[in-house]
Amino acid sequence: MDHLRIEKKLPRVAVFDFTGCEGCELQLANKEETLGAFLSAIDVVHFREVSSAEGDDYDVALVDGAISRPDEVERLKAIRQQAKVLVAMGSCACFGGVNRLKNAYDLQEANREVYGDCPKETMPTQAVKHFVAVDLEVPGCPVNKDEIERVVQHLVWDLPLCTFAYPVCLQCKQRFTVCRFDMGELCLGPITRAGCNAPCPAGGLGCWGCRGPAKNPNYQEFFALVKEKGFTERELHDRLGFFGGFEDLL
Amino acid sequence: MSISEESRNRVNLNVDVRHLARVEGHGNIKVRVVDGQVVEARWDIVETPRFFEVMLKDKHYTAAGILTARICGICSIGHCLASVRATEDAFGVTIPEAAAKLRLLAKHGETLQSHVLHLFFLAAPDFLGLPSAIPLKDVNPEAFALAARLKGLANRVCDVVAGRTTHPVSIQVGGMAKMPDVQTLLELKAGLERGCRDLDAAIELFRTMEIPDFVRETEFVSLKGEREYAFIGGRLLSTDGVERPEASYRVMTNEYVTEENTSKWCKLSRESFAVGALARINNNYHRLHPKARAAAVPFDLAPINHNPFMNNVAQLVECVHVVYDSLRLVDELIGTGPAPIMAEVTPRAGQGVGAVEVPRGILYHDYEYDDQGRVVRANCVIPTTQNNANIHFDLKALAEQFATEGMTDEKLELLCSMLVRAYDPCISCSVH
Ligand code: SF4
Ligand code: SF4
Ligand code: SF4
Repeated sequence: MDHLRIEKKLPRVAVFDFTGCEGCELQLANKEETLGAFLSAIDVVHFREVSSAEGDDYDVALVDGAISRPDEVERLKAIRQQAKVLVAMGSCACFGGVNRLKNAYDLQEANREVYGDCPKETMPTQAVKHFVAVDLEVPGCPVNKDEIERVVQHLVWDLPLCTFAYPVCLQCKQRFTVCRFDMGELCLGPITRAGCNAPCPAGGLGCWGCRGPAKNPNYQEFFALVKEKGFTERELHDRLGFFGGFEDLL
Repeated sequence: MSISEESRNRVNLNVDVRHLARVEGHGNIKVRVVDGQVVEARWDIVETPRFFEVMLKDKHYTAAGILTARICGICSIGHCLASVRATEDAFGVTIPEAAAKLRLLAKHGETLQSHVLHLFFLAAPDFLGLPSAIPLKDVNPEAFALAARLKGLANRVCDVVAGRTTHPVSIQVGGMAKMPDVQTLLELKAGLERGCRDLDAAIELFRTMEIPDFVRETEFVSLKGEREYAFIGGRLLSTDGVERPEASYRVMTNEYVTEENTSKWCKLSRESFAVGALARINNNYHRLHPKARAAAVPFDLAPINHNPFMNNVAQLVECVHVVYDSLRLVDELIGTGPAPIMAEVTPRAGQGVGAVEVPRGILYHDYEYDDQGRVVRANCVIPTTQNNANIHFDLKALAEQFATEGMTDEKLELLCSMLVRAYDPCISCSVH
């Protein structure tokens, strides 16, 4: 089909899930008002969660979830070989996500505790980029469908793909949300990358930093603010370590 | 030997599905019929384990609900609700009435979202002979638009009340962090009214769906609806007559580990039991909204129904219930005006349990806290974990019934896949 005599590419897209909650995949079916158009812009050849069709001639692989078992590494490498563009979708894929929290514990003991005498295969949880090259990263827990749409627009129509350099606070202010710090709560908005439209502060919860760091955040000033407001090291540490995006700081 | 036995003896079938599609997570079906005998019929979970119970350790109570929401992208609101309820139980907190209404409304939004997703996007393609619901947008654009509208409504309810559909932010220990304003509630009301009409159309659409004729006597477990059709907390009930308080959930579940599965199995009075929409309706049919009971009539759904494929119908009936009940809640919230939605919370050492009916069945969170409000020990029992053994034994009975002359591998594979999908398993959940 031609649009304004521009030939439309219909990228063959496959969706793959690894260790995670599949919430990111679920976002693909959201935004009902544009869902039909979104699905018409791509050719979904593999998406096990919603389709029994199985194609392996895809160009774009959307990968959600982190990697936490040897067979997942193999599966991921095979996907990398096939895909021209590999997109890490969500905080689990980009940083390891909340699943990385298990790495702080002895895995053998964890296994014994949950499964008793029948331990299951597992390994420390890692981000996708730890094993294969990633072309595009879309963080978020879950990802924001708008951002996925922009990725698709970029792939279909070569529209430039903007990433947000500024922090969540800017989007939060634009919504006229009362600052969580003013309510006596901690918020990672000042150092976290925008793009989510700040739903957490608007819903009454300080930001937990699921999207990872903004561009060149002013950590020093932020840490000073956190201290001045009376939050403990441990509170800050718990939060920075939650989704894995601020790993370098810990 | 009779002719029918002889012909049955020639039946050889083989079903081997690795990573069944159109379910959440990774599971395998294996069925083998040799000379008319079912020699193997298995449902195995091979999802990667994530160890949430271990991750919860040392976490502050304010983080427990945020973390456990990530057990499941589809029922994150249910996990968050079970989590905060367990914590409130441990700390002895009673939440304000308006907060309880908001929570139930968020729960209804999630139930609708999940059921619509399952019915239209995961189950319907089997009945229409399509690989997925994506072609539906060209084959039957009205049905696609209907599904999208209903899902949009569900997401809207969750967004407005819980702050987000996937991974809620406003559901916090002590109550709710935000009350939607009246204007927003009025808009929601208009959306729900439209939703009632859309559901009439959905019922028409699904009336043509052919439900395989299969019955296996089963024990069904759910919350007991004492005053209303129960979703959040209360007593636990089984159709075999077992009744226990919420805190005694272990007596109702009896989890055990099997060699082949990363998910645990459960049992109660028999070798397995079922939870989910059908279990809820079997136990609490008379508490359904009258409109929902009316919707059940053309499908012959009445308690106690032992056909697992009827779980699809049960979900449709629950969609009707939650939309009408949401209308009631929205009206009441508009009527109450500003009201407290957050109770005072003081952490203390202790243990607590929260039981919540999530789309796929009853979910339990159980936490033990130290006096700093940090988790010492956690246990979560997931609906699909409770269903897995039942699916396994259903598969065997299904294969036995359908392994007759004329059956093919493809037909049996479809039947087995449809059976598993009817449970709407949430596998990554079950392997948390
Ligand atoms: S990033 Fe969050 S929403 Fe996405 S899969 Fe991981 S836990 Fe789920
Ligand atoms: S609530 Fe958080 S994101 Fe919003 S302005 Fe305050 S610090 Fe920034
Ligand atoms: S506000 Fe923070 S925690 Fe919430 S979605 Fe945005 S980046 Fe993630």
